[in-house]
Amino acid sequence: MTGGNKTVQPKRMELYVHIPFCVKKCEYCDFLSFPCAEDDTQRRYVEKLIQEIVKMGYRYRKYTVSTIFVGGGTPSLIDSGLIVEIFDALRENFHIEPEAEITLEANPGTLTEQKLADYRRAGINRLSIGLQSTDESELKLLGRIHTYAEFLESYRMARAAGFENINVDLISGLPGQTEESWLKTLRAVTELEPEHISAYSLIIEEGTPFYEKYGDEAVNPAYPPIPDEDTDRRIYHLTKDVLKSCGYERYEISNYARPGYECRHNIGYWTNMPYLGLGLGASSYMEGRRFTDLESFEEYMSAPAGRHRNVRKLTEKDMWEEFFYVGLRMIRGVSLTEFEKRFGFFPARAFPGVMERFIRDGAAELVHGYFRLTDYGLDVSNYVLAHFLLEKEEFPSCRN
Amino acid sequence: MADISQDRIRNFCIIAHIDHGKSTLADRIIEMTGLLTSREMQAQVLDNMDLERERGITIKAQTVRTVYRAKDGQEYIFNLIDTPGHVDFNYEVSRSLAACDGAVLVVDAAQGVEAQTLANVYLALDHDLDVFPVINKIDLPSADPDRVADEIEDVIGIEAHDAPRISAKTGLNVEDVLEAIVTKLPAPKGDPNAPLAALIFDSVYDSYRGVIVFCRIKEGTVRRGTPIRMMATGACYDVVEVGYFGAGQFIPCDELSAGMVGYLTASIKNVKDTRVGDTITDRDDPCEKPLPGYKKVTPMVYCGMYPADSAKYPELRDALEKLQLNDASLFFEPETSVALGFGFRCGFLGLLHLEIIEERLEREYNLDLVTTAPSVVYRIHKTNGDVIDLTNPTNMPDPSEIDYMEEPVVSAEIMVTTEYVGAIMKLCQERRGTYLGMEYIESTRALLKYELPLNEIIYDFFDALKSRSRGYASFDYELKGYERSELVKLDILINREEVDALSFIVFADSAYERGRKMCEKLKGEIPRHLFEIPIQAAVGGKIIARETVKAVRKDVLAKCYGGDITRKKKLLEKQKEGKKRMRQIGNVEIPQKAFMSVLKLDEE
Repeated sequence: MTGGNKTVQPKRMELYVHIPFCVKKCEYCDFLSFPCAEDDTQRRYVEKLIQEIVKMGYRYRKYTVSTIFVGGGTPSLIDSGLIVEIFDALRENFHIEPEAEITLEANPGTLTEQKLADYRRAGINRLSIGLQSTDESELKLLGRIHTYAEFLESYRMARAAGFENINVDLISGLPGQTEESWLKTLRAVTELEPEHISAYSLIIEEGTPFYEKYGDEAVNPAYPPIPDEDTDRRIYHLTKDVLKSCGYERYEISNYARPGYECRHNIGYWTNMPYLGLGLGASSYMEGRRFTDLESFEEYMSAPAGRHRNVRKLTEKDMWEEFFYVGLRMIRGVSLTEFEKRFGFFPARAFPGVMERFIRDGAAELVHGYFRLTDYGLDVSNYVLAHFLLEKEEFPSCRN
Repeated sequence: MADISQDRIRNFCIIAHIDHGKSTLADRIIEMTGLLTSREMQAQVLDNMDLERERGITIKAQTVRTVYRAKDGQEYIFNLIDTPGHVDFNYEVSRSLAACDGAVLVVDAAQGVEAQTLANVYLALDHDLDVFPVINKIDLPSADPDRVADEIEDVIGIEAHDAPRISAKTGLNVEDVLEAIVTKLPAPKGDPNAPLAALIFDSVYDSYRGVIVFCRIKEGTVRRGTPIRMMATGACYDVVEVGYFGAGQFIPCDELSAGMVGYLTASIKNVKDTRVGDTITDRDDPCEKPLPGYKKVTPMVYCGMYPADSAKYPELRDALEKLQLNDASLFFEPETSVALGFGFRCGFLGLLHLEIIEERLEREYNLDLVTTAPSVVYRIHKTNGDVIDLTNPTNMPDPSEIDYMEEPVVSAEIMVTTEYVGAIMKLCQERRGTYLGMEYIESTRALLKYELPLNEIIYDFFDALKSRSRGYASFDYELKGYERSELVKLDILINREEVDALSFIVFADSAYERGRKMCEKLKGEIPRHLFEIPIQAAVGGKIIARETVKAVRKDVLAKCYGGDITRKKKLLEKQKEGKKRMRQIGNVEIPQKAFMSVLKLDEE
């Protein structure tokens, strides 16, 4: 390893807590989640999760926790008493920084005043509400469990409960979507003035009901068509312009925030911050290793807590690659100086011609020592990022 | 063994149209003459390359010696010389036939006489072989042996009504074939005490013994220590070992004398010294003149072969050298392409030969290849009087230096049921064929004779023939010579850069059509890039067709949930996988298979 990097500060990390339950699977969803309404199953899961928290808290006792994100599934589905128990356990077993950003994902239709009050008591200071669209027909098409009115009610309650940092999730590029319908969604949401907006462009994932209907060019006249490439891109660009005019800056491929409200947890993922995942199938990156929790619910419940799988110690080559294909999700790009500091050589030697080529093709630019994707580069980010993977045998001796 | 008299030897081959059951009958003969037990029989003993078995065709001649106790109570030595079964290897077939005294003609009881049946019989008769027919596959429900017997007599003119009617598959009546070999085929002739004259009909390379030469002793005797000379190549050696062919093995013996078929080794390091068709004689007591029929084999089809990974160039060279040890008709020499880097220009007997070599390189030597479109050899007469043979379109001189060009033409015989005559004639016309004539074989079938430019048939003619006749047409051809033709070089420009490896030579009147189709085809092959890519076809610097590959608009993985970077990497790797078989030409990545696009221009 290279020298440098000898900080005396305590090491910092992020926590991700996974709640895999939802009311029902949405049509496009390929996350690790499943419908579960049984209190007993939920309780047993939380007990197991707490065992993991205790074990991991001890293992990583030298770290302080800068952010926590409770995701799912629908974490707001389960009894808020269980959430409080989880946070009690987290506080007992980890050193959580006083200024920590603590987010919980919630879906309209599952929130109540009682739950929100419990969240506040648990120390949760940020809510991420899944809206996806304000158009009722689009919500129905997505298989969402809520109406727009229910979202408005949830949002109002969240504000009333004292949440001052709220994210709203949206999805663009939906079947049948037009620039007009999307603009309506954007307008309605910005009027509510959330601090943060995530706007993803729909990806039809294999294994989802959407894939059956729209995947692999399975065009069925019974379903509204997905917007063609050009419309999809116009919608995507529209998002950026509209949100910018309302004071939201894009800081990551699909994330927009009012200044100072960028999601620290999210940024951590792209900037080499260690993070520990807790719960079913959660991903971790700790001490130079990537690993995941068990993904089968039965296995997770029966195996000793904190069993990890797919452990992979990153090689130096992995780290060079990640520096780019992970870091470039940030709009500001990656600092070439930082790469040099971390690895001891200028990155062009590991990726000869690659950066130059994308700058030439207008997909990237070099601004104040940062290499970053342009708007066009973001549109085709996969294409660009794939070029930052090296062949197995390509392990150029970059250092002298 | 040496006291076996000539009249108890039968040297013969089996000839047939493809799929009429030649190899199956060979297997049955070997099995029934008792050399192998059924248990030892692998299906189709003679075709021993994997590739041959998969494709069901014989590529290299194989030879086996068996012993048959005939009904007259005597034991006979059978030397069965299996011949390659494809027009690409016609010369090899002719040399194998020359090593025989007789031939068993196998005709399918359902399909009857086909184009290759005729071609092979004529070839056998040309070599003065006695031929007797066998009607095979009589177990098929559609078998009509009486009609086929009539057909053989009418079309070929050989007696067929007493022909054994057999099923090589089940073994039914194969005994009759064995007897007929004894009674109907002649014993070899030749004087064991005359000066040595032995015909080379094949050779294989063995890493311990060097080249093993397969030969038919026409005159004289050869034994260990005989000082030999190959009369065409002039190479001289001393014989180390002689022997005959067991099933799949070489069995040494004391000597081979006139009339016998066997092998010899002489520490020969290079298969090039042992050309098929050459005559082996005794240095100290040479025969007067070589045996007739020797030809130096020249490749008919050339293409460029490049390693997908340019670092594998030495491996490709080694592999080609090894293949050449066993295949004197394979030609190669180094060449370079702007687009593809260092590689080899390789020459082949035909497209099948090319495909076989390509597959062997990929399978047996694990090489990933980029192959350019095959080309025939054009003859260019330059204004300064020079004549050059053009094997690579890239080397075509400037049109101003060319007086005129010639291209190879073949005479082809196509046998087809009468209902498809129209469709096949149309096909031949499209392929610039010259109609020579038509004969009715019987009321429902005709034999069409055409003269066709070789470059019109090397790619997909056979496929087109099959599809336009619902599989009923059969086809055979031989090279006739060179004819003057109006030819131009069609260049392909990708992103305004000429890609040398995509150039090909085309009949001038077809240039526009071919150029247009080529651009269309390439448009489908070249993935979208971050910029628009024009694909153009040009003749002599003039653009005649154009297509455009649009730029990528969206390729984004917006979601990346819960920090699952590993999954993201997998997705990116999947995307990258597709780029592996790509070639970088200027700023454009071109998939390797695009270099063969010209072959598929006529696909629907």
